[in-house]
Amino acid sequence: MIDLSINFGGIKAPNPFWLASAPPTNSGYQIMKAFEAGWGGAVWKTLGVPVVNVSSRYGSVNYRNTRMMGFNNIELITDRPLADNLREIEEVKKYFPDHAVIASLMVESRAEWEQIIKDVENAGADGIELNFGCPHGMCERGMGSAVGQEPDVLKTIVGWVKEAANIPVITKLSPNISHITDPGLAAVEGGTDSISLINTIKSIVGIDLDSYAPYPIVDGKGTNGGYCGPAVKPIAMHMLKDLAQHPEISKVPLSGIGGIETWRDVVEFILLGATSVQVCTAVMHYGFGIVREMEAGLRQFMEDKGYNTIYDFAGKALPNVTEWKHLNLKHKVVAEINADKCVGCDLCYIACDDGAHQAIALSDDPTNRIPSIIEENCVGCNLCSLVCPVEDCITMVKKDDGTQSITWNERTLNDDIPVSFDDDRAGGKGHFVPEPSDALKKKR
Amino acid sequence: MAEYKRPTTKAEFDKNFKQKKPLMNDTEAYYEASRCLFCYDAPCVQACPTSIDIPLFIKQIHTDNITGASKTIFDANWLGNACGVVCPTGVLCEGACVYNHQDVPPIQIGRLQNYATNTSIDSKKELFKAGQSNGKKIAVIGAGPAGIACACEARTLGYDVDIFEAKEKPSGLTVYGIAPYKITNEEVLKEVAYLQDQLGFHIKYNNAITSKNELAALETKYDAIFIGVGLGATRHLGLDGEDKKGVVGAVEFIEELRMKHHEVKVPAKVVVIGGGNTAMDAASEAARMGARKTVLAYRNSKENMGAYGFEYDLAISAGVDSLFNVTPIAIVGNGTVEGVKFAKTELIEGKLQTNMNNTFVVRCDLVIKATGQAKQGHLYSLIDGLDIDNKTRIIINNEFQTSNPQYFAGGDAINGGAEVVNAAYDGKMAAQGIHNWLNK
Repeated sequence: MIDLSINFGGIKAPNPFWLASAPPTNSGYQIMKAFEAGWGGAVWKTLGVPVVNVSSRYGSVNYRNTRMMGFNNIELITDRPLADNLREIEEVKKYFPDHAVIASLMVESRAEWEQIIKDVENAGADGIELNFGCPHGMCERGMGSAVGQEPDVLKTIVGWVKEAANIPVITKLSPNISHITDPGLAAVEGGTDSISLINTIKSIVGIDLDSYAPYPIVDGKGTNGGYCGPAVKPIAMHMLKDLAQHPEISKVPLSGIGGIETWRDVVEFILLGATSVQVCTAVMHYGFGIVREMEAGLRQFMEDKGYNTIYDFAGKALPNVTEWKHLNLKHKVVAEINADKCVGCDLCYIACDDGAHQAIALSDDPTNRIPSIIEENCVGCNLCSLVCPVEDCITMVKKDDGTQSITWNERTLNDDIPVSFDDDRAGGKGHFVPEPSDALKKKR
Repeated sequence: MAEYKRPTTKAEFDKNFKQKKPLMNDTEAYYEASRCLFCYDAPCVQACPTSIDIPLFIKQIHTDNITGASKTIFDANWLGNACGVVCPTGVLCEGACVYNHQDVPPIQIGRLQNYATNTSIDSKKELFKAGQSNGKKIAVIGAGPAGIACACEARTLGYDVDIFEAKEKPSGLTVYGIAPYKITNEEVLKEVAYLQDQLGFHIKYNNAITSKNELAALETKYDAIFIGVGLGATRHLGLDGEDKKGVVGAVEFIEELRMKHHEVKVPAKVVVIGGGNTAMDAASEAARMGARKTVLAYRNSKENMGAYGFEYDLAISAGVDSLFNVTPIAIVGNGTVEGVKFAKTELIEGKLQTNMNNTFVVRCDLVIKATGQAKQGHLYSLIDGLDIDNKTRIIINNEFQTSNPQYFAGGDAINGGAEVVNAAYDGKMAAQGIHNWLNK
């Protein structure tokens, strides 16, 4: 029997699908609508000091026919009166007592923190999320990512909050730092109950070619925004992994945020150690209804794999995410083209010839557009299989027998450091590289 | 079965002759362009007689460089706009699209091409400049696709160009001979006007070259002459009763339709004789003009038709019936057509034989002969030392130069009748051939 409910650092929710603190959680109306649609929790749009917003707030990166592959915003924290928000939190909790309502907070002084924590606790919030991530506007006033980038300050504030709060505290981290583990550890040392990440990435999504201003344009000027959407998912997953593998930080639960849109994204984040996920851009693009696909997909995955709760597989990919030096240097894969499926676009050929290792040949017969792999030159880089537009046409086939294994780490421990390039897979050996002047001769 | 009501207004005509490849809007073009894979050494380019860099212009459309896209197109094909819609793309670029190998619909290259060039034409975007005058003059006979292409290319090379056109409108077959659902007159004419505005060649309308004296005058006045004439009138079949009222040639029928639209009266029953693309067009057009019964009659089997399959399908979808293995032996009627007498044919020992013992009459009010057009053999015979082959096609060398060195030729005059795109290619290449010859 599949049970999607979670207990995330003391915050209970019927499922791990939460809305991130953002425009979709700006009001009780939106959050009730979301809970009706199937979301298990919501982090209220950040409450804090009074702000004024600008008009023109969002910018987008489109790729091919996909809109909003990347997305940024220069919107600040909530500009609705605190009293309205508190009243609506109370009302939402009345209708949805079992759903998680988390108040995202951002204020400056200790006194302000203590006051606002009391306010949201009185309103019935199930938890608090500390917004130490917002990289635009608020950071110029010493809040948001300005805190997230200073581990000592972060730790101090977490400490204040923990002292004042009676409900669980989530610390939300900014990715705009060199090592995510620094603020992560500071949050744990400050006593946080859990961590969420990532907040948005400082970004410029585009420049208007007529006004020479960055998007979103506010009367001829723009500023850096916070980048999110599908494009940031790889960065978010990497940072999540760093925290999940850290011996101290991993003691607290982690909520994954960054480009999550489908069930596959959800499963990947859970496999890297997240036990709740937060979504914003996908909802801003498609509405709350996308949770149906997420939930159905997650359930199907769990059924297929025989899992009852998400804790059965949370972090299951972590042992396989290692350092380069621990990879088996004896492993060898080679590309294989399925001639029956090949459409003859020859993208693999040109990608390999121009962009990789010159390991694909065209046929001498101009009527035959099916290319072939030059096996001795193929380093198994995957590029051809990545550019191939046909499903399962180019596959990477394992060529080693699996009996041998040596890693860089093992070699160097044995003092077996290569001193020449004449070494297996050092690059030079057995790999034919055309003469530079061959570039001028090559014409089909 | 008649599918179409007889059109009595231009609006009804336009409805019956709805464009097969309507102009794309920006959104459609954006999404369609996004599908292109940008194949290496792309098969679509190889399949294009003018070798337009198709993946490039599609990417330019997608990145909102529409001007660049139309430049890419026009650089390879001066009639890029018309070709986008009139080319048989299904057997050329789109037929070669690799998506076909995975049963994914190919990129709509023709419509994307038309979208890009139309945008430039409608905004009167200046894309071309005539070359600096080199003081030399070229005469072009025929303002069809070959002639226009030759004129454009020659102007960029600095030649003065005068085109001598027998009719009153430019672009030949494209405006007079192509089915109205493939392209409108306005669409054709605006492209020529756009090219002419920027490149400044002259067209002398109603100015057919038909005599030796006229040719001699051209030879004196111009450094080189390009023969870009099309085909002539529909060939006589030599049938008993062929001169009866109500027997017309397909090209003449189509030309009247292109010029007069709904004012053409097509009677209730029509027989179209022939199995080529022109026969398909004529039959489809008769049906769209409200004929209650249109019968396509071809002397050989369906498999042996010269027409593209999609052209036949289009005629059938317009409500045309077809008869195969029948050959006309007489037109029956009393002064006016009342029917066509056919005899069955059969393939005996690889030869098509007519069985005169098996004849029948198909009643009709109009007979459209789509059985080939005469060549311009008379004109060719007036030019000194001009070699033609046994099919009355002008023989040229690699530079499109004829056996009389002052004359170059392209289009139908050298291929006996092919696509607009072939003529456009020939004209462009011939201008380069002229340039090479005059600069030897």
